Amino acid sequence: MKVRFSLNGKEISVDVDSLRRLLDVIREDLGLTAIKEGCGEGECGACSVLIDGKIVNSCLVPIAQVGGAQVLTPEGLKGTPRGKCIVDGFTEAGSVQCGFCTPGMLMAAEAILTKNPNPTEAEIREGLSGNLCRCTGYDMIVRGIEIAAEKGEGLW
Amino acid sequence: MVGNRRTYPARGDRRVHITYRPETLREALSLMKESGKEKRVKPFAGGTDLMVRHRGWHGTTSGFPSDILFLDRIDELKCCGFYDKEYHIGAACTLAEVEQDDRAPSILKEAITLMAAPALRNRGTLAGNICNASPAGDTLPPLFILDARITLIRQGGSRTIPIEDFITGPGETVLGDDELLAEIRIPITEYTHLCYRKVGTRKANALSKLSFAALAGIEGGEIRDIRIALGAVAPRIVRDREIEASLQGKAFDEIDLRGTLEAYGKLICPIDDQRSTAAYRKQVALNLIENFITRDIREDIQSKE
Repeated sequence: MKVRFSLNGKEISVDVDSLRRLLDVIREDLGLTAIKEGCGEGECGACSVLIDGKIVNSCLVPIAQVGGAQVLTPEGLKGTPRGKCIVDGFTEAGSVQCGFCTPGMLMAAEAILTKNPNPTEAEIREGLSGNLCRCTGYDMIVRGIEIAAEKGEGLW
Repeated sequence: MVGNRRTYPARGDRRVHITYRPETLREALSLMKESGKEKRVKPFAGGTDLMVRHRGWHGTTSGFPSDILFLDRIDELKCCGFYDKEYHIGAACTLAEVEQDDRAPSILKEAITLMAAPALRNRGTLAGNICNASPAGDTLPPLFILDARITLIRQGGSRTIPIEDFITGPGETVLGDDELLAEIRIPITEYTHLCYRKVGTRKANALSKLSFAALAGIEGGEIRDIRIALGAVAPRIVRDREIEASLQGKAFDEIDLRGTLEAYGKLICPIDDQRSTAAYRKQVALNLIENFITRDIREDIQSKE
């Protein structure tokens, strides 16, 4: 089945089985490997992408449902001023240890700040509740997003 | 197999499945009619349960046993709002959309906020939670106490039935082979006290050990209306109108608390599973009922006297 959608701002068309997961199409067919498969059940958030501005687990999205949508992955996010600001916040706060959850955390950060450019700590934690990290204990990730919110005033 | 890239077959039937993503309800209903008794077509709303249930090995296509009918593009199923003093939720509305709608019943919103995590709520639907008919479905106890009704639609007809009659057992509903769940209707309910509790292992992404929803309308120190529903403590959601009726019209010192708890105790028959034990579930369920009657309502009323 041919599916047309926008990936990181570029219109593309893929010809794949309609029930393949968006996660597999992005990683294997399109070669963008930032997002990871952690649990494959929508629990860990390592495969998070934004579809039409909303955060979703790409392991639970059949490619057929992406037709006509705008998909943003960490590769697309990092090229934008917002993405750079989040990456800088993460760097400054030391939000990365092993790095496996980081791409999903970046997407969650973008979703949190889009919803509310000045989130409270509780709102940040709620926004990260679907993204598991086994290294940091989350505090540095929360801090990274706070720094991004402070320094990125006007971006969101 | 060195040097060969081995592909694993997906679980289930290996034939290539057709997926449909119509834009009108008419097309969807005609597909459901053709699907008929063979159940050739499976309706797919958010897919947050279906994609896990039919998950293939890594990198392979999901192993669905049937063709798939996506509901996400059908505008008729995407409406949320009040018509005829009832709040309607279309089958394709996501949990996040209901959560963010100011007009939605607050106890339902509270239950949704405690479900899963933002990314899953952006995909999952209320209709899916209902059709899944899991005894642990988190939206079910609130829908039961709100007297929600379900509209089922098929080519050439529709019917609207109470949610209590729709779900017949774990994973079992009265949904016909050619029917789709079109919308959920919730009447306006007046109450003075409301309580929702989800008991789980974590705050996010936890399947419930049990869940509890209750509301009460108190007038002049008397119980005008009281409704209690419990999830994950029996094969079906527990709500008993006879026990509720026995409490109505009573002042607090007239309530037979022990008798009430005994009556609920007979209906609560949980199981041991990986999430919790039957004994824990039963004790916590009874504690929550007692707490609602004695603390949430009585102490609140006494403090106002």
